[in-house]
Amino acid sequence: MANNKKTYLDEHIIDLIGVTRQFEDGVIAVDNFNFYVRRGEFVTFLGPSGCGKTTTLRMIAGFDKPTEGKIMLNGVDITALPPYKRPINTVFQKYALFPHLNIFDNIAYGLKLRKVKAVYEDKDGKRIERIEKLTKKEIAEKVKKALKIVDLEGFEKRSVATLSGGQQQRVAIARAIVNEPQILLLDEPLGALDLKMRKEMQIELKDMHKKLGITFIYVTHDQEEALTMSDTIVVMNDGAIQQIGTPEQIYNEPKNAFVANFIGESNIFSGTMAGDKKVRFLGKVFNCVDDFEKNQKVDVVVRPEDVELTEVGKGTVDGVITYSIFKGTHYEVVVKVGKSEITTQTLKDVNVGDKVGITVAPEEIHIMKKEIESNVYDGYITKDNTVCFGDGEFLCDVTTLYPNSTLDEEGYLITEKGEKVDLVDVDVTVEVGLKDITIEDVKHDSDIEYDDNYGAIGKIIQIIYKGDHYQLIVRTDENEEDFVFDTEDTWNEGDIVRVLIKKEDIHVKLKQEIKR
Amino acid sequence: MREELKVINKAPVVFEPTEKKGLRFSRKHLCIPYGVFLACFVVLPLALIVFYAFTDKDGGISLDNFVRFFTNTTTLTTVIISVLLALATTLICLILAYPVAYILARSNLNRGGTLLMLFIMPMWINFVLRAMAMKDLLTLIGVFGWNNYVNVVIGMVYDYLPFMILPIYSVLSKMDKSYLEASKDLGANAFQTLTRVTLPLSMPGISSGITMVFMPTMTCYVISDTFGNGLITIVGKLIDEQFTTFQNWNLGSAIALVLLVIMLVSMWVTGGFKSEDIRGTNL
Repeated sequence: MANNKKTYLDEHIIDLIGVTRQFEDGVIAVDNFNFYVRRGEFVTFLGPSGCGKTTTLRMIAGFDKPTEGKIMLNGVDITALPPYKRPINTVFQKYALFPHLNIFDNIAYGLKLRKVKAVYEDKDGKRIERIEKLTKKEIAEKVKKALKIVDLEGFEKRSVATLSGGQQQRVAIARAIVNEPQILLLDEPLGALDLKMRKEMQIELKDMHKKLGITFIYVTHDQEEALTMSDTIVVMNDGAIQQIGTPEQIYNEPKNAFVANFIGESNIFSGTMAGDKKVRFLGKVFNCVDDFEKNQKVDVVVRPEDVELTEVGKGTVDGVITYSIFKGTHYEVVVKVGKSEITTQTLKDVNVGDKVGITVAPEEIHIMKKEIESNVYDGYITKDNTVCFGDGEFLCDVTTLYPNSTLDEEGYLITEKGEKVDLVDVDVTVEVGLKDITIEDVKHDSDIEYDDNYGAIGKIIQIIYKGDHYQLIVRTDENEEDFVFDTEDTWNEGDIVRVLIKKEDIHVKLKQEIKR
Repeated sequence: MREELKVINKAPVVFEPTEKKGLRFSRKHLCIPYGVFLACFVVLPLALIVFYAFTDKDGGISLDNFVRFFTNTTTLTTVIISVLLALATTLICLILAYPVAYILARSNLNRGGTLLMLFIMPMWINFVLRAMAMKDLLTLIGVFGWNNYVNVVIGMVYDYLPFMILPIYSVLSKMDKSYLEASKDLGANAFQTLTRVTLPLSMPGISSGITMVFMPTMTCYVISDTFGNGLITIVGKLIDEQFTTFQNWNLGSAIALVLLVIMLVSMWVTGGFKSEDIRGTNL
């Protein structure tokens, strides 16, 4: 967790090493978590319900045990240690204050159980060590101090039922911090409070964290809360860590579409890299600062506040305002560009129906590599009505370019309306599914039934085992084009193979209308 | 077909508050049958008991019945024996029922409630039949006949155990597990959690269990007759004898009234009146 604003000692208080928790019903709530928390840090686990954040917290507290991996506290393995032996205290979601005890006894609960090592000196100056309980006076003092910290002085004799939600919350915090834990765990502690109370408590908790110097691990699904309070945020989803970073990093440089979507409002578009630091989305090419391979399918994230409205024609792309609503500090405006919508914020009052231009500063365009769902290539049609892409030539059905078209004897395409189209050298986008690619060893030429001219030759550069199949990447020599596909066969990395695709599995699309 | 009319104006129908006229049925009238029932079957019999208790055979007001009751060693001994038997039964029931209820509520053994059902089922079998069967069973294994008092206690514990298990189980199974986690989190081991959190929080169940066992065992003479070989008399039997054998309704009513007071006192002691307040706090 680099680049914290505050400088912490680089000392890890908690280390999670390969921690996995699988429930009895087979659900994996937490999948191979590896991270650490530094002493004194305020760390937030952020994610939607069911993402594994509470399970992780419960494992740190000791209520749940990992099915795999280990949890280290100050470098010591505590995975098997029961909760009552851990120097960690929890503020529970619904406070869990004991209803049969008054406020004093609730807070003193942990103190009364605690044993301390007291050292005495007898008459001869000999030191005697004794394990003993805290005296009543000591307990009373500590409780008083804790109540002062949470601003509830004089509440000792009150019963739990007479307190408001906010006050119960404070008592729950006092009950935990009075034990001087090394780590304080907070499980959505503000969830039950109203908005105003929540904001106040956020600030108070942050102050308390500063004053006490205890490591806080905070669980929430509220992204704003996480951004306000944390030194470090761990974003989780579906039992996996999505991103770890400071609030600024998480907000400004989300690692994937999930994080971008979960943290704050954002516009997410599917785009394609159009060249060196250029990305194509909303039908236009935008300059950006991220560098990906050309034609790489990417997710483009733009925060509403980073979209600038300009006069028509002066932006990168033009659109029409379809929605505008006053939000107090700004107007939220939705601009329709082609079939896409982009949400923006502006201080100017604009009218629905106005035409505007849109620009986004290159550094505000966040680009994330997309999980590959299919192979997409730039290609062209040859004079033989085959298609060249990925450093190879493949047979394809060009009549799919135009509905109900046919080919005449000379190989020209005749459209539905009877127009003759010359397809030679026409640029097309080629899409091939992950399951539609097969490969063959080039050493056994004799076995190949296909014409030697077709297909592409490449080297297997990566094999990933995906449970019931392998995902392979074959890269061609010439232009380093990649073919990604699934197979159940076993191959070796480094094998030189021929990539074969059936005619009907090659989906071609025209990049531009052909001038006739 | 409706006739086509020219629309002049359409406005929503306004409902104006109407004045109540004459007798109208309202929610509070639903209480009437219950009121009548309570008057006929609770207040009236109680009034009759009080009337008989404070009058003599000729209908004149007197405290003779109470004087006779408290000066007669036999009746007093009966009351003391009844209280002691009921106390012993309640205590044994509590000691047996708490672990059972705890295991039923906490472990996976009771998944689907089958095990709980087995404990509760005897309650649905005829009570006299059960008592007879238990007596025969005890005789068969040779336990019966050591001591009449022990016999009676065994019989009563057997009969009333489900009444102790059920309320404790109910409280324990509804108890929020986060209290136990909070306790462990704050440094308490399993035993400390049991004594400091689970036990205090199950007090409402314990007190209603005590109420449900202690009171009936004072009066239920079917068991004392069956298991005590007819040699043990408890308060219930005493009252019965006054009404049936001796036809002395006045003394019978006086004893019943004394019993009522004992029960109110015992309820006050076990906190039966307060149980609602305790439940009100997050339970």
